[in-house]
Amino acid sequence: MSKPKIIVIGGGLAGLMTTIKIAELGGAVDLFSVVPVKRSHSVCAQGGINAAKNTKGEGDSVEKHFDDTIYGGDFLANQELPKKMCEAGPSIIDLLDRMGVMFNRTPEGNIDLRRFGGTLYHRTAFAGATTGQQMLYALDEQVRRAETENKVTKYEHWELLSLVFDGQKRARGIVAMNLYTMEVKAFKADAVVLATGGCGMIFGRSTNSTACTGSAASIAYQEGAYYANGEFIQVHPTAIPGEDKLRLMSESARGEGGRVWTYKEGKPWYFLEEWYPKYGNLVPRDVASRAIFKVVKEMGLGVDGKDVVYLDLSHIDSKKLDIKLGGIIEIYEKFIGDDPHKVPMKIFPAVHYSMGGLWIDTNHMTNISGLFAVGECEYQYHGANRLGANSLLSCIFGGTIAGPKALSYAKGLEKSSESDSSSLFDEASQKQISMNEKLLNSNGTENVFKLHEDLGNLMTDNVTVLRYNKNLEKTDQELQKLLERYKNIGLNDKTKNANPVLPFARQLYNMLHLARAITLGALKRNESRGAHYKPDFPDRNDAEFLKTSKVGWSEEGPKLEWEDVDSRWIKPRPRKYT
Amino acid sequence: MKTVHFKIKRQLDKNSRPFWEDFEVPYRPGMNVIIALLDIAKNPVTKSGKKTTSIAWDCNCLEEVCGACTMVINGKVRQSCSALVDQLEKPIRLEPMSKFPVVRDLKVDRQFMFDALKRVKAWIPIDGTYDLGPGPKMSDQDQQTGYKLSQCMTCGCCVEVCPQFNDRSEFIGAAALSQVRLFNLHPTGKMQKEERLAAIMGEGGIEDCGNSQNCVKVCPKEIPLTTSIADLNRDTTLFALKKIFQG
Repeated sequence: MSKPKIIVIGGGLAGLMTTIKIAELGGAVDLFSVVPVKRSHSVCAQGGINAAKNTKGEGDSVEKHFDDTIYGGDFLANQELPKKMCEAGPSIIDLLDRMGVMFNRTPEGNIDLRRFGGTLYHRTAFAGATTGQQMLYALDEQVRRAETENKVTKYEHWELLSLVFDGQKRARGIVAMNLYTMEVKAFKADAVVLATGGCGMIFGRSTNSTACTGSAASIAYQEGAYYANGEFIQVHPTAIPGEDKLRLMSESARGEGGRVWTYKEGKPWYFLEEWYPKYGNLVPRDVASRAIFKVVKEMGLGVDGKDVVYLDLSHIDSKKLDIKLGGIIEIYEKFIGDDPHKVPMKIFPAVHYSMGGLWIDTNHMTNISGLFAVGECEYQYHGANRLGANSLLSCIFGGTIAGPKALSYAKGLEKSSESDSSSLFDEASQKQISMNEKLLNSNGTENVFKLHEDLGNLMTDNVTVLRYNKNLEKTDQELQKLLERYKNIGLNDKTKNANPVLPFARQLYNMLHLARAITLGALKRNESRGAHYKPDFPDRNDAEFLKTSKVGWSEEGPKLEWEDVDSRWIKPRPRKYT
Repeated sequence: MKTVHFKIKRQLDKNSRPFWEDFEVPYRPGMNVIIALLDIAKNPVTKSGKKTTSIAWDCNCLEEVCGACTMVINGKVRQSCSALVDQLEKPIRLEPMSKFPVVRDLKVDRQFMFDALKRVKAWIPIDGTYDLGPGPKMSDQDQQTGYKLSQCMTCGCCVEVCPQFNDRSEFIGAAALSQVRLFNLHPTGKMQKEERLAAIMGEGGIEDCGNSQNCVKVCPKEIPLTTSIADLNRDTTLFALKKIFQG
């Protein structure tokens, strides 16, 4: 059998790590990305990456990291992969260090660690406040090296349109579209790995990049892959409000001593420190976001009566701020015009991360043979709430599993995809070409960008911090109306060169279907756990809902089933950070 | 209602003739160029009320860390996400970068930049991803120097303003050169220092730099590009001498 061919879709941290592993083990990789991989959303990760290096004499350990992760995730995560991830943490930092990631240093020249939310230890390695960017660049460089050695072929500015399956419903390739020329083409592969990131665009504005539509995950879902725990959408407590984007202000701001406050009776009120004396400003994100919502929405104590509170760094040494938080200070200065060295920043919670995603087994394979998922687009690591700085770790660790597992799956096949009949692929690409033609000829009255705005508002209003069943039922009805309106879209642009509307129209359709899966999970989970909070069901209910939600697509709409959680190592206990 | 007037240079494909279109969008406090482009996408109608095709442009992170949305705004190359309307003279003129092939409208193909990184071997050639223990220790000071250089987004601002970077030259540009300095100062990267120096000593290499110093003025990440080039000039000279004396 010739060299196994693996298609990796997505060139963020998870996709690149997967690619590096496969190339190293002798597989051939075709790497697809909607943007040059160096511009992937991983660049937006700011604060750092967790690993129990225990270099501060605090007695941190892999076990404590594992416990913080499971406890922080409100016990919803299956424990096997998070456990292995925490165990691998220290060696992953070493690997990144060897690749040249410019981690901040201690006076002795070791990698410095800082504090983050949901833990009492210094456990987070960081490169200023642009750790994701620095890590992505290091992996990008390794992949570029593999490219020069002909182990990897990049397809940048290509977007996934569909998956190709054989008669046994095994993934055998993809159909993709070149975003410059609009060429539609099928590609064969022995296995396909989705590393396509989160779905923040479903909420209109979020901290996510514009490429984070969830479109690829939705394509897999509509082909029969389960979407698991989709209702767990992390709302980050501290982002700068904006009309085009909600710009993240890293949790590391609080890790380095930043304080959250607002005025109460004319005096500064540090409500997180008052309510959670043990963790203070470093409570996990779900807790902090709900606290800010309470202060602003219930108590009406937003600064100047607006939907903002202060995140204050002004008491911290200026030089220290520049070295450790320079990246986010620059963002605040450039986009708002105020200097956080001197004045507190105005922030509000924003949709940030999807804990849920495509269902995968412990080999990172979805329920479809040959289709793998890694990174934010899968669901395995973070349970009901992700701890800050665990995402970068899960992307890298996931890649070290998904890559080798995809390759060994491919090696175990009795015949390579090269021998598959070409008619299978011709038909698959023809189907997508017809869909494009149909869209290009659509002359309805609905504008896709306007529809997207309506989708974002609907989801942000009803499926974020506070969830009510009545509203969730209505949301699903509204989503179905949006799908109806979608049938009446008109593309104002019929051109066939770098058409900016056609790809967006396709993404929007997929976003609408994924939104229904997310909403259904939220509706059916009648409890509060991690990021999922229902005032009408304020407590966690392990008896009924210590379960993974799995949503499968059907013509009649999304269907939900429940799966037991593997809690082998750590038994669920009440979660509080007071 | 207060509005903002935009003049946008359009070009529907690489072979067609560019043309200008005017747009008027509602003003909002704090708005950036991206918000205006999103407005136009929702309603692609020119200032004179003519329906038109959508404008193509690149963007992704919208917080000036990915480099995608670079374009020429009022004659100055920069990222459009961090270009705030309040700080720009009106009408606001948007043009594609001029040193790269136009794909469409404000979208250009910057593959050359990434290929240049291949030419200079901008990576640490690690032995493998298996566990080989910790990396080399590094001083706080070296980390800060390296970190500054490693924030390069490959956005292309530096080469857009470089007189030496054009159709008639093979010059790889300041961004790729500065990456050579980054990898050559890394404790492991140093081991391949001469390979990288050799890569920038041929045609299109460091000698093509005309020392206009435009690059350093426009770098959005304030990377000391001219310091990098001066540093590399010294290193390549020493390397050339060494080669002469060692035969």
